[in-house]
Amino acid sequence: MGGTVSANHDRSNLLEVRGLTKIFGTLTACDHIDLNIARGEIHALLGENGAGKSTLVKMLFGSLEPNSGEIFWDGKAVKITSPGVAKKLGIGMVFQHFSLFEALTAAENIALSLNDGSPISTIAAKARALSFSYGLPLDPDSLVGDLSVGERQRIEIIRCLLQTPQLIILDEPTSVLTPQEADKLFETLERLRAEGKSILYISHRLEEVKRICDSATVLRHGKVVGHCNPRQETAASLARMMVGSEVKAVERAPAEGIETAPALLEIRGLTRKPATPFAIPLKNINLTVRAGEVIGIAGVAGNGQGEFFESVSGEVPQQDAGSVRIRGKDAGALSITGRRLMGAAFVPEERLGHGAAPRMKLSENLLLSRHATDGKSFVGSGGMVKNSAVYNAAQRIITAMDVRKSAPDPEAAALSGGNLQKFIVGRELDRKPSVMIVNQPTWGVDAGAAARIRQALIELARSGSAVLVISQDLDELFELSDAIAVMHNGELSAPLPIAEATFEKIGLLMGGAEPGHAEHSLEMA
Amino acid sequence: MMRIELVKRPQRSALFSVLSPFIAFALTIIAGGIMFALLGVNPLDAFNIYFIQPVSEVWQLHELAIKAAPLILIAVGLSVCYKANIWNIGAEGQFIFGAIFGSIIPVLFPQFEGPLVIPLMLLLGMVGGAFYASIPAFLKTRFSTNEILTSLMLVYVAQLFLDWLVRGPWRDPQGHGFPQTIQFSDSATLPQLMPDAGRANWGFVFALVAAVAIWLMMSRMLKGFEVRVLGSSPRAGRFAGFGFNRMVFFSFLLSGALAGLAGISEVSGAIGQLQPVISPGYGFTAIIVAFLGRLNPLGIVAAGLVLALTYLGGEAVQSALGISDKVARVFQGMLLFFVLGCDTLIHYRIRLIGMALMKPDAAKLDAAPKLEEAR
Repeated sequence: MGGTVSANHDRSNLLEVRGLTKIFGTLTACDHIDLNIARGEIHALLGENGAGKSTLVKMLFGSLEPNSGEIFWDGKAVKITSPGVAKKLGIGMVFQHFSLFEALTAAENIALSLNDGSPISTIAAKARALSFSYGLPLDPDSLVGDLSVGERQRIEIIRCLLQTPQLIILDEPTSVLTPQEADKLFETLERLRAEGKSILYISHRLEEVKRICDSATVLRHGKVVGHCNPRQETAASLARMMVGSEVKAVERAPAEGIETAPALLEIRGLTRKPATPFAIPLKNINLTVRAGEVIGIAGVAGNGQGEFFESVSGEVPQQDAGSVRIRGKDAGALSITGRRLMGAAFVPEERLGHGAAPRMKLSENLLLSRHATDGKSFVGSGGMVKNSAVYNAAQRIITAMDVRKSAPDPEAAALSGGNLQKFIVGRELDRKPSVMIVNQPTWGVDAGAAARIRQALIELARSGSAVLVISQDLDELFELSDAIAVMHNGELSAPLPIAEATFEKIGLLMGGAEPGHAEHSLEMA
Repeated sequence: MMRIELVKRPQRSALFSVLSPFIAFALTIIAGGIMFALLGVNPLDAFNIYFIQPVSEVWQLHELAIKAAPLILIAVGLSVCYKANIWNIGAEGQFIFGAIFGSIIPVLFPQFEGPLVIPLMLLLGMVGGAFYASIPAFLKTRFSTNEILTSLMLVYVAQLFLDWLVRGPWRDPQGHGFPQTIQFSDSATLPQLMPDAGRANWGFVFALVAAVAIWLMMSRMLKGFEVRVLGSSPRAGRFAGFGFNRMVFFSFLLSGALAGLAGISEVSGAIGQLQPVISPGYGFTAIIVAFLGRLNPLGIVAAGLVLALTYLGGEAVQSALGISDKVARVFQGMLLFFVLGCDTLIHYRIRLIGMALMKPDAAKLDAAPKLEEAR
């Protein structure tokens, strides 16, 4: 596996990690990790979900204490006992999930984390100057609730830069950005590198790692499996290092005769007022999904996808019964149970707490979405649950989807994200639904499980069902979809057939180009 | 300067989850011993009088059953509410309204007699309790009011309403002005189980039947599954198609009906008439019973007997040692305190942080990532 980076020998390392180990119970999350980060380099930390990236980073940022191993900062051994110590040393971190108060302005949010008593106006002026010099346009006086996800990330980055760190840790920073916003971020990172700052860049997107990173450390199952120069590797060779084996490519047979196939899911003029001040209103959404096809919905997070899913699934029913039609019948006024009984199935974005109850067993979580549709086989007379029937069905799904687990029927929270997602998707596929709506099917799921889930969704469509996939992952949508529509600010563009769609076209729509989408010529045809 | 923090444990110990009520009981005994010693009484004598003597004869066991029956009936209903994460604190009021509704027949229609009277009274008692519980349920679902406050405040309304009834319209005209209703007739009196051995009545049987029925519902039936899902992950419950508002009404009506049944059983079985005060705080003590029983109906039966003993023991130390029977409340309070304390320590561990060791600015900066972890 790739050689070490030879160009860095003349530089002294800013951060050196030797044999860092963290053990949780019987699980060794990080096993003797070695890592060198030179001054002025962008260093990628690659690995699948559960490979130990987050644990390693938490130890570097002082949120977790290592069991053994050493950390050298600027050549000196240090103990990073708290995030405060890390910040003092000059380590800054931008988290994947932001911690911002929506009802406060950007400057007020920054002031909260600095907590040094300087007046808001001074902080706003500093933030404005920083944002200008790094090409991160941001108005410090704007309310966070009004800002896009990309802009919120800029607040986090500026908040981090205000503490003048030497090492900046970025956790999956592009997962919430449009391709164009990501380009802007890369420019900023290159500027920081030119100033001699070091960046630890955590990602599983191999193309961008190849593009901007100078060196990479690859983790698998808590161990370092290689250090390499990503520019000399291919995406396939990096993926092989991460996964440890070839990832099977998803196969998508061309869909035939779709134009004449019956429309199984029709959305007609779906409109919804915002339920809370920060929710996105849905504006006149129209979409048809026919038997046999997969339609993808792209979009930056927080543009109404959650509200759209709630409305289509019936978790929040509509006033207008005709706004959602399933298999040719009005379903808009029905509850989620009513829509399931019409043949629809749903997979929400959040696995724990929405798609599954964390503290309940897998068999109970099977009952969660299927107590009504499979009422005859799962619930006996007098409302008694047939536990053995439910248990057997759960085992059938576990086998079919290759769900890896530690006990015969563990609690949902005991499974890794990927395995739980396989179970949740499998739970719905097991019903052979004629309409399947999935929000973020493989978010945070390892490559092997993701490929399996995607293949299963395509096969479901080709067997005559209508599949609608909402995702922020463009690679995934291009792999899965027969046509891609884009959701921006509560509006949905007309679907672009996959043959015409490009990253640039979709990216522009995600950024809000071509607002309005007055005519939906494609889907009307 | 020391700062105390509760840190969530990665795993809950199954062993200590089972042991927790017993440890709590042991701690209560130790703290109670200290209290008796401070009062100038030999703790061993006091415990003998408090916990042993009240249950040393058969007729006393009947008294225990009389006290335990309402506690178990109410607590079993409350356990359903609490499992659903709905906080009915007003069982005392629902108990009183059950007693009032059930007493309509013997008070207003005393000439109506026969085998139908008791079943009708019990039914009316359940309707009364359910009706009174439906008020906080309606307020919660319609106006999103906090059910803890509304259900609690309605207790005082119920107490004053009962007080007004027995002093006013329902007062026994031949009662020499005492604030009480007429004595219930024989056919309006809940029969005793074994009249030769003691006073225990059918209320205790109702309590056992309710405990088994609710246990069956919670562990085996789809309805119980619905309660547990909505209580532990409301969003997953909505995804399952379970309505939260429906659950608010279901759990309030069920627990209200059981509290009402306890109320009419107490009045018709143990007291025999309505008085200004018909409960020594059963509705509140039942909250302790529910938690001491781990919100498990079968555990609640055992917990109900323990708490019933604290009532009897309180009366015993008052007569034997001249200590106020408020000591029963102290024991009940300590028991709840220690149960909740033990449960908290099963989920969390205590971490002491020496503030002096940390630079103040480092301590401040620490706060921002805490926010992140908490999400």
